Amino acid sequence: MEGLAIVGGSYAALNIAASARQHGYSESITILTDENELPYHRPPLSKGFLLGATDRETLPLRGEAFYRDNAIEVVFGARAGTIDRAALRVETTKGSFGFSKLAIATGTRARLVPIPGVELDGVVTLRSLADADAIRARLPSVRSVVIVGGGFIGLEMAASMAKYGFDVTVLEGLDRVLARVTGPTMSQFIQREFLEHGVKLVCDTTVDAFEGANGTVQGVCTRNGDRHAADLVVLAIGAQPNIELAEPLGLADPQGVIVDLCGRTSNPAVFAAGDCAYGMNAFAGSALRLESVQNATDQGKAAGAAIAGIEVPNGAVPWFWSDQFDLKLQMVGLCEGADRQVVRGSVDSRKFSVFYMKNDHIVAIDSVNCAGDNILGRKLLGKPHSVTAEQVADPGFNLRSLV
Amino acid sequence: MPRIIFRGADGETHEVTVDAGRSVMLGATMNGVPGIDADCGGTLSCATCHVYVDKAWADLIPPVEEVENDLLENVACERAPNSRLSCQIFVTDTLDGITVDIPERQF
Repeated sequence: MEGLAIVGGSYAALNIAASARQHGYSESITILTDENELPYHRPPLSKGFLLGATDRETLPLRGEAFYRDNAIEVVFGARAGTIDRAALRVETTKGSFGFSKLAIATGTRARLVPIPGVELDGVVTLRSLADADAIRARLPSVRSVVIVGGGFIGLEMAASMAKYGFDVTVLEGLDRVLARVTGPTMSQFIQREFLEHGVKLVCDTTVDAFEGANGTVQGVCTRNGDRHAADLVVLAIGAQPNIELAEPLGLADPQGVIVDLCGRTSNPAVFAAGDCAYGMNAFAGSALRLESVQNATDQGKAAGAAIAGIEVPNGAVPWFWSDQFDLKLQMVGLCEGADRQVVRGSVDSRKFSVFYMKNDHIVAIDSVNCAGDNILGRKLLGKPHSVTAEQVADPGFNLRSLV
Repeated sequence: MPRIIFRGADGETHEVTVDAGRSVMLGATMNGVPGIDADCGGTLSCATCHVYVDKAWADLIPPVEEVENDLLENVACERAPNSRLSCQIFVTDTLDGITVDIPERQF
């Protein structure tokens, strides 16, 4: 059989399909998703959707008309098991599908830890709409929530749970929240905001056990001997790439499915994109696996073009966003390797950006309620520029003059 | 249901309908109108749903607020006085037939 089979049903899958069509791919395209939804916006799951402010009807990335107009078939509930490399077939729970080209867009799954009690009812993770529905269904009986992990999903969940009026505690293993993705200035600001909203935050701790009765969680015990009451525990300790399909083909290592800038693997029939893909990042100048909407979108576009035989390497500047309480957090670039941080704006007025600089150029910008700095960064950071720390800190200096 | 008319950069016109209260952005994404990327789904984070509102309609929609304005400052195609992010235009019966032009690119 000819045609493109895409395994996965989120941002990368959609963008691979759309970009392949846009670049002239004329054979059949089939998206095989193990979910029962068209690809949808995931960020609202921890925020607006959980709070009931975002309608389910507004979640799809594209409506049915898009798939019909572009002759993209979506097979729901199709969990891919194995790939027959010789026969060019993928076996799924909804049957066997032949392909001439295969795209792996399997994303990540929530990381779990072998802590006693992790199997208790009420210990949950959040990746999918089904997960969010299950959490929402529990909320009427919830009073105390413990979030394990002070990363983006953990903090977004903590903010939403606090808005519900629950007693919320965040347990973080490192010495500050968001330690892997932002600098200390931003972490400290965020921590202060959460404390002001009544969220308890414990850093430098690990969970020893989840305690329960009758199979249901009741509390979380930490290394330092504390016990936190909880009738809902959200494990938000990161994600791991779904590489099980690619591994037997020799296309993955533990970091992810290995791809080039065009989403090509070492097998000319196989492509990959999104959270599961690991490879050279043009902006970073090194190999990375990024977990973001932006990366899944841009890598998916590159892979779709390559599937259509057109080389459009992904050169996008990485960016990310997270909404917590009334804070609009936006990040652009990669702050690793920066030699100094410069604050522009006012931390006290909750409207500022932290600029990460290396020599005389900006490598990343983390913004709070300064959307303009973020979108400017998306234009500026990928281009040669030269600026001093004094200029960056000076509110009278027009950053747009650098673009 | 109110109608929205999208004029693409390629000259192609798409007429769609959405429920009152939904955004112009959603009118595009749910109906397969090309050229509105809408990466963030309407949360004022991405600026990839830029449109130029036809002058006949521009005065009938609420003015640009601060965050939208910040994002419009650096949209991919030139900002014009009638530039808007389509996620911030909510369709009402009064806006039946609102017409917008889609820029050549969103990023």
